[in-house]
Amino acid sequence: MNILYFLVGCSVLMALIFLGAFIWAAKTGQNDDVYTPGVRILFDDEVTEEKSEEDHFSS
Amino acid sequence: MEERHETTLKSICYHCGEDLPEVTYQLEDKDFCCAGCKGVYQILSENNLCNYYTYNQNPGQRFKHESRLEYLDEQSIITQLIDYKGNDSSIVTFYIPAIHCSSCIWLLEHLYKINPAIFSSRIDFIRKQVTITFNHEEISLRHLVETLIQVGYEPLISLQDVVKEHQKGLDKSLILKIAVAGFLMGNVMLFSFPEYFGLSGFEKQFQRLFGWLNFAFAIPAAFYCGKDYFISAITSIKHKHINLDTPLALIIAVLFLRTAFEIIFSTGPGFADTLTGLVFLLLMGKWLKQRTYNHISFDRDYRSYFPIAVTTLSDGKEKPVSINEVKIGDRLWIRNGELVPADAILMKGDAWMDMSFVTGESEPIHKVLGEIIYAGGRQTGEAIELEVIKPVSQSYLTGLWIHEHYKNDVQKHNFNDSIAKYFSIGVFVIAFSATAYWLFQQDSHKAWSAFTAVIIVACPCVLALSTPFTLSAILSVFDKKGFYVKNTDAVEQLAKCDTLVFDKTGTLTTTKNAAVSFHGLISDLEKKIVASLFRNSSHPLSRHILKELNIKEFFPVKNYLETPGKGLSGLVTGLNVYAGSLSSMLKATGHQPVGGVHIVIDDVYIGNFGVEQEWRSGLNTLMSSLNTSFDLKVLSGDTNKDEQRLRKIFPEETVIKFRQSPHQKLEAILNLQASQKTVMMLGDGLNDAGALKQSDFGIAITDDINNFTPGCDAILKGDSLGLLPNFIGLSKAGIKIIKASFFIATLYNSIGIYYAVQGTLYPLVAAVLMPVSTVTIICFTTFATRILARKNKLL
Repeated sequence: MNILYFLVGCSVLMALIFLGAFIWAAKTGQNDDVYTPGVRILFDDEVTEEKSEEDHFSS
Repeated sequence: MEERHETTLKSICYHCGEDLPEVTYQLEDKDFCCAGCKGVYQILSENNLCNYYTYNQNPGQRFKHESRLEYLDEQSIITQLIDYKGNDSSIVTFYIPAIHCSSCIWLLEHLYKINPAIFSSRIDFIRKQVTITFNHEEISLRHLVETLIQVGYEPLISLQDVVKEHQKGLDKSLILKIAVAGFLMGNVMLFSFPEYFGLSGFEKQFQRLFGWLNFAFAIPAAFYCGKDYFISAITSIKHKHINLDTPLALIIAVLFLRTAFEIIFSTGPGFADTLTGLVFLLLMGKWLKQRTYNHISFDRDYRSYFPIAVTTLSDGKEKPVSINEVKIGDRLWIRNGELVPADAILMKGDAWMDMSFVTGESEPIHKVLGEIIYAGGRQTGEAIELEVIKPVSQSYLTGLWIHEHYKNDVQKHNFNDSIAKYFSIGVFVIAFSATAYWLFQQDSHKAWSAFTAVIIVACPCVLALSTPFTLSAILSVFDKKGFYVKNTDAVEQLAKCDTLVFDKTGTLTTTKNAAVSFHGLISDLEKKIVASLFRNSSHPLSRHILKELNIKEFFPVKNYLETPGKGLSGLVTGLNVYAGSLSSMLKATGHQPVGGVHIVIDDVYIGNFGVEQEWRSGLNTLMSSLNTSFDLKVLSGDTNKDEQRLRKIFPEETVIKFRQSPHQKLEAILNLQASQKTVMMLGDGLNDAGALKQSDFGIAITDDINNFTPGCDAILKGDSLGLLPNFIGLSKAGIKIIKASFFIATLYNSIGIYYAVQGTLYPLVAAVLMPVSTVTIICFTTFATRILARKNKLL
């Protein structure tokens, strides 16, 4: 059962990592605007008609 | 399908969706209502940005007027506006009221296509803000704003920086504390489970490890997450009064100390689970309490109406100057539509001041040379020259905001703080008598554990939670009906009001519709002629009259001329037509100068369109239902021309006062408060601002929630005014819910105290009792609020 000591350590460490991730997200302002990114992702990429531009895109 | 799509679009402007006038502007077989809309389309199509029109139909907004932007070249103003300046890039954030759809987001985030000197732009849709990173070597701030205006998105730059106010309001430390508290609570619960279920022999070896881990987690819970409670408790004790934070801080301290003792001397499992759970729930309640609408500002004052800069004249040269730098004796140059920012004397020009901001009177007032013009007046007509006699911060209007009488929050006593005192005394009496009893029985160990247990169990945690939960549930009910209350404290304030004071213009009348009446005789043909002239104007009066005339066919108009603040003229079917104010008519007619729009066709006076604001619907029923439980009063800045009408709406004994200046309105509120009344003020404009601020609950009424409203406790949509008795009813019911939940909490506490005084409180009982009572209270408040909201017809 000594393995439990290791597992307890792991679980606390994991939880700490998630807490750290949340604090980082909150401090860098990732939760400030929760509406606009949802709209932004729905915009299509530009459809360009000129061929030269298309080549440019694929490269 | 495609074809039909086209035909529906034909009669409206491709850019803004407004009806097309007689003479359309065309480009690439698309019709536009004005040169402005066409110009925007041209810029967008040149820059390959026509996707703008694919996400929404007619997403644009009609071009309003040209703004003067010279002031954006002034270095002092640039530094005021810019957030960050690096070597070659600057960051600036603008508030753009025109942002309203996904096309706006798309276009404003592709600004770099129009000008490569713009690196990137990000939109915050809810706050209607755009943050732009640009190369300040290649594009000046003025040029940047011009680019925004070109595509139809004029930023609003006012003296009170909306953007910076928002940033100030953001407090992330509470969110971080909640995150940490949640983390601590989860882990402590996990390590406490073995204890709850009983430990078998071989698990005993972990007991000490779990105990120490829990203790380690309790340290940040008490000293980081619970720090504010200690600070608040110490300050309140220094001021010799007790608020709700005092007993809470005591409980956190006792829980922590007992946990520390039990773990260090291994006498028991400690109360780390109760401690972390308590701190987490308390912080959640605090967060609910602080939550407010981040897209509505409740703290606006005159500065959000004022521009950031004004044009001054020195040695005959125009120079833009920041408003804060305007001194006595400066010469100001005010153009049509610009605001006079400081009290000043008219030196040159023909001044027609629209004083509606200050007095509520919408008819422009003529001022003669040498007369004093108060700050807040808006010039309609030609440019005028003024000499400043008082600095901006000390003018007649701004004086309203630095009035010393204003209520401060210390005076506001809420239910929680008033009960906290008795609660704390009760807990101490029980705790000390239990200790005394066990000491008398010569059992010092039991005395210590009984003392701590009583304090732990008698936790006013429910008190701290039931208020924010109930009131925020009420807030969200209000929110759905168009009533936006600043915060939960304000709801408690709303329930206490016993006197209602109404403003007239904009509050009891609506700005959306107008009642148009014609005095004189007019033939159908003349109606058609007049309508053809009005059709070319975008002035609100012209629009109201046009709507009333209801004409479908129009004549072409030649020599059309619109003089701002005066009127329209043009040649229709060979006849000279004039429509506008009486005073600026080409020929004297001998009629009495009355307001409204006067019509002259070929030198013959035809008559006068009176445009009056329409009364809101349902005022009679509203007033009669309010009259039963409230004192009603009306304070109007206008003349008494509507007295008859008001008397019909309000009950007989109502006090109705006219020609009230902003300062008189403020005085009236102060007098009511001096006679022990709790006053609710309903107003709309800057002229009510002082009264709104001074009143115990100030409601700003608006027809468009995005419009600027003066500082207040709540914003009410004009359509929802009829629901006011229901809103007040629900807020009163909310206070009853809070009192009932306090009763329930006391029941739970009595059970806990029964064990606690005997010194036999096992941590498990405390750990179970607290969440159970909390869950009960949260369920009770939520359901009770919903039931009572339905009873008040708000759901």
